[in-house]
Amino acid sequence: MQTTIYSAKKIITMNPNQPVVSHVAVRDGKILGAGSLSDLTGWGPHVVDDRFADKVLMPGLIEGHAHTMEGALWSFTYVGWFDRMDPDGKVWDGVKTVDDVVARLSEIEAGMEDPDAPLLGWGFDPIYMDNVRMTRADLDRVSATRPVGIMHASGHILNVNSRGLELAGMLREGHNHPGIPLGPDGLPTGELKSPEVFTPVGKHVGMDRAFLAADPQGLRNYGKLCVRAGVTTSSDLGQQLTDALVDMFLSVTEEETYPVCIVAFRINFGIAPKELVAYTAGLKSRSTQRLELGKIKVVADGSIQGFSARLRWPGYYNGAENGLWYVAPDQLAEIYALALKAGVQVHTHTNGDEATQLTIDTLEAALRETPDPDHRFTLQHCQLADAAQFRKMGKMGMCANLFANHHYYWGDEHYALTVGPERAERMNATRTALQMGVELAIHSDAPVTPLGPLFTAWGAVNRLTASGRVQGEGEKISVEQALYAITLGAAITMKMDDRIGSIEVGKRADFAVLEDDPYAVAPETLKDVGIWGTVQGGRIFAASDL
Amino acid sequence: MDIPVTVIGGYLGAGKTTLVNHLLRHNEGQRLAVLVNEFGELPIDADLIEAEEDGLVSISGGCVCCAYGSDLIGALDDLKAMVPRPDHVLIEASGVALPGAIATTVGLVQGLRADAILVLADADQVQANAANSYLSDTIDRQLAQADILLLTKPDLACDLAAVTDWLRAKAPRARIIPADHGQVPISAVLGALPLPARGHRPDAGAHGLFASHVLRPDGPVDAQALARALAEDPTITRAKGFVTGPTGPDLIHVVGRRHDVEPAATGHETGVVCIGFKGDLRPEALEALLAECVAPA
Repeated sequence: MQTTIYSAKKIITMNPNQPVVSHVAVRDGKILGAGSLSDLTGWGPHVVDDRFADKVLMPGLIEGHAHTMEGALWSFTYVGWFDRMDPDGKVWDGVKTVDDVVARLSEIEAGMEDPDAPLLGWGFDPIYMDNVRMTRADLDRVSATRPVGIMHASGHILNVNSRGLELAGMLREGHNHPGIPLGPDGLPTGELKSPEVFTPVGKHVGMDRAFLAADPQGLRNYGKLCVRAGVTTSSDLGQQLTDALVDMFLSVTEEETYPVCIVAFRINFGIAPKELVAYTAGLKSRSTQRLELGKIKVVADGSIQGFSARLRWPGYYNGAENGLWYVAPDQLAEIYALALKAGVQVHTHTNGDEATQLTIDTLEAALRETPDPDHRFTLQHCQLADAAQFRKMGKMGMCANLFANHHYYWGDEHYALTVGPERAERMNATRTALQMGVELAIHSDAPVTPLGPLFTAWGAVNRLTASGRVQGEGEKISVEQALYAITLGAAITMKMDDRIGSIEVGKRADFAVLEDDPYAVAPETLKDVGIWGTVQGGRIFAASDL
Repeated sequence: MDIPVTVIGGYLGAGKTTLVNHLLRHNEGQRLAVLVNEFGELPIDADLIEAEEDGLVSISGGCVCCAYGSDLIGALDDLKAMVPRPDHVLIEASGVALPGAIATTVGLVQGLRADAILVLADADQVQANAANSYLSDTIDRQLAQADILLLTKPDLACDLAAVTDWLRAKAPRARIIPADHGQVPISAVLGALPLPARGHRPDAGAHGLFASHVLRPDGPVDAQALARALAEDPTITRAKGFVTGPTGPDLIHVVGRRHDVEPAATGHETGVVCIGFKGDLRPEALEALLAECVAPA
């Protein structure tokens, strides 16, 4: 029973009774106490460890909405606009032109052994390149004989080369669909817009079943990304969990050096409400120290930038038709009713405000049947909710996990195209949510945007778009509120605040180890605070050793 | 020949599962493969099930059923690889899915042909659902995408004629067929081809509502023109069959206003089975259509 007392330059606890301390004692992977050295020595024999003497400790950061698939994506080639760090710590420069994309893929292509293997790039974002249209001719420069594909950052467009189209049987005349633009020769240009037209082609360019499924290596890579981001607990918000997949998650997270606790939600796809709730309730008892099970994710609508989110009147700014329901309202009601009875927590993806309203209405009716004073049903994204909706959510005991990264990555597009200035300014209304008493987390939705809670906090504090415009001055929150949202706030939304989220006696010894004090740096540089690594369950992970 | 795929849409409770069970029970010798959206309570009547293994349900008559969840392409690939191949695939869409999008996807998969979109509407509930502000545009879009609209539970509607008129305005492309408890002949919804090898011939006449007529052109016809003419004829719900086209044998498919012509192998008996409502279907008018499509010698 070893007790280690760590000293640090500063320890930010998120415990209002002693917000800052100098030492934290760890025993059996848990926090024995936080305070001054003399407060802690009374626990008996101990070693004092000064390795963090020049570091700042925070509660381990918590990513409340991400996908472990971020780890698996790095098996493919990143071609996004922004610089991005891979699991091994290599920063891939953002690509700024189509020629850059072609050059990067060509370099990878040159090193591939199997001449028929597909080559897949991801993260391409032409909205930052004056919406340049990539064609199969561009990708044919990478290879004329190997299938090559590029998935856009929005997730709504796939570009393929001629070989990819040919393998899919689509390199022919006669296509008549708005999602398949044609060139002057009557053949597809290689740009495939919308999942309904690109899914049949996807498997030929590498998006096959193996790509879709979670794999052990991807999960390990995700753990590395977490350490680099200071994350000690991350949701995996939406897996089609089966017994086999749960076994895989269990075996990987039980590895001695697995550095993060994964909270794996069962998504509602492909399973009827009754079986969904019964199966998920049964998973709870399989939870371990590093794998939390027994929660449901429901997807109510699509995305705003894909025009598939459900919006209330007056709808999309550019006049696009309203989006799609991904769950039938009656099925949502059935899931809520059964989950409340079974005591299973549900997180629901809503992007549009109509989807948010449906969940509020549906949950209110279900709670009348099955009251639950602490359900903490959470809306994920909830990007367009207005004050009245947050007020209602607060009164009903709902939580929100808002997509603070969106302002940076898509804010300008939302302003100009999807929802227009007024609603763009109030998107992800963090300040209103807090005012209305809604427990709040903020997220990256990695791999949609990169994992990095400090960046996400920076997004909520500064609300800058990629073009440098402040979008929604009135919805900015303070650094303190933002840091709370990426620690205790996120823990509360997952009903794990009894175990994680703050540095205080009895909780898991989870720390983010920072090079600087996030309160001392200028708020506009919050995202640049260096991350040394993490301590998770008392185990030390230095990013430089990964 | 590509495997025809029919997408079955409609909101929850419209009767999609009932229809699927009826078609499986009366499969008229066709090996049907049914893909349902979600695992859960088995949508197939227990007495039809022969075995279940690895998520694939085997059903009497050589039919199968499985769930596709979020991997429709993978499930379709599995069906294409089956031996023997299914004769026809039915995809039961989720209650809020737009069947047109699924048909688009299917149409791009090699070896498959998007045959038709069937949308089911509960005569008693469809107007109430369409009046629900969360659902109205979804229901409208589903109905508008139908090639064939099956009006289910007609006995429960207080004013069937009014519902039918309302649907006709919502689904101008569709042929509307009443289907009490899913009971429609398979030939009317999935098409009919003689399958002598399995000892069966289509028999639309067995169902009280429908009549059939077989067009037997003597010589070559303009297959595209004939398919188009049959699709434009409102008395025809379904037509399917082999003709001698300008460049060789062709297979014609007509479902509502959707038509398709694909090259066929030689050796098939020439003839197009046309199915429509009894009373509406006028053989002499169909023969006149055919006469106009005879290829110039």
